[in-house]
Amino acid sequence: MSAEANVRTLTINGEEISARSDQSILDAAREHNVEIPTLCHLEGLSEVGACRLCLVEVKGARRLLPACVTQVAEGMEVTTHSPKIDRYRTMILEMYFAERNHVCSVCVANGNCELQDLSLQLGMTHVEIPYQYPQLPVDASHPRFTVDHNRCVLCTRCVRVCSEIEGANTWGVMGRGADCVVITDLKQPWGDSETCTSCGKCVQVCPTGALFEKTSVGSKTRKHPEFLPYLRIMREGEQG
Amino acid sequence: MSEIKTLATVWLDGCSGCHMSLLDMDERLIELSSQFTLVYSPLVDRKTFPDRVDVTLVEGAVASEDDLKKIRKIREHARVLVSLGDCALTGNVSAMRNMCGVQPVMLRVYEQNVLQPQVPTVGVPALLDRVRPVHEVVPVDVFVPGCPPSADTIYQVLSELLAGKVPTLEGVAHFG
Repeated sequence: MSAEANVRTLTINGEEISARSDQSILDAAREHNVEIPTLCHLEGLSEVGACRLCLVEVKGARRLLPACVTQVAEGMEVTTHSPKIDRYRTMILEMYFAERNHVCSVCVANGNCELQDLSLQLGMTHVEIPYQYPQLPVDASHPRFTVDHNRCVLCTRCVRVCSEIEGANTWGVMGRGADCVVITDLKQPWGDSETCTSCGKCVQVCPTGALFEKTSVGSKTRKHPEFLPYLRIMREGEQG
Repeated sequence: MSEIKTLATVWLDGCSGCHMSLLDMDERLIELSSQFTLVYSPLVDRKTFPDRVDVTLVEGAVASEDDLKKIRKIREHARVLVSLGDCALTGNVSAMRNMCGVQPVMLRVYEQNVLQPQVPTVGVPALLDRVRPVHEVVPVDVFVPGCPPSADTIYQVLSELLAGKVPTLEGVAHFG
């Protein structure tokens, strides 16, 4: 197939753009400097459409579509920002804050948190949804790392990086709805995990204070998820 | 909005950090205080909330029967009610007891591992079952996130109110 045949022409917020046929709306938008907020998306990992923050309007579609898992199509008319979408995004963010115990002031990631950054980006100043205050455990059994379920947003970045990059498959997801949690092995303490290689990639990609290194709390929690695309390219090079 | 002449500040269940941040405005306090009168506050001596106050800043969450009574009365008499800081906005640290309830906390603090176990009941207000953000109890007009909100943020809020605007901190300040 020729290169031209792979090109799709669409509009994003009324601007005509061209994108490769295998690109997602999110990819195409960011390539053209249109910012769409995301939380579960991370360059270098597969897309799952879990966080719903990248929902966009596509003309003709009866519901909002997640930009990260929706491929571009010829003639598509996409709207990334409107009062309705902004309202939904803020509502989703409020649900994140209300669902678990994100007490920013006493979080190891305070000041280095993507959830906190999003509240600034989306202009959320308070939460209208009643806080749930669930009782959730903290597992500090691993010698170097801790998982604090109070801070988890279930983005599954840890699950994906462990499977797709490290190949250890230590992390998984258990339960449904409000009972959903990330687990290590068969819900064994992280410290007892036989599959965990202690590589720490899950900690680096975690957007909040749910996964952190015991030695770096507070202002030192700065994480480095930007290494992923390079690692991915290197791994692919080795295999090829 | 009509002219702002009187200001009140209230301290519910919080650590007083928001009031410290207010004082942290330094010399800007002099500039601001020439424009309004501080009629009720932990920083002044008046014991009862006045009948009519233009702007009221509330620090802290609603955690006790006393907080509840106070905030309802304040809402009635305040023209503009400002939730100041994370405790007022989210419950914050004050609300962390909601995860386990009042009784286990009382037990842990006043009965376990102490020489003379006793839960105080005389002269102190009863705690509510659940600590709540201010806006879950009464309508709030302005939300100022931060633990504490910075002196610059508080200055911005007060300056805008004095200029007759309703400030919004969307995209300016966040929790924590």
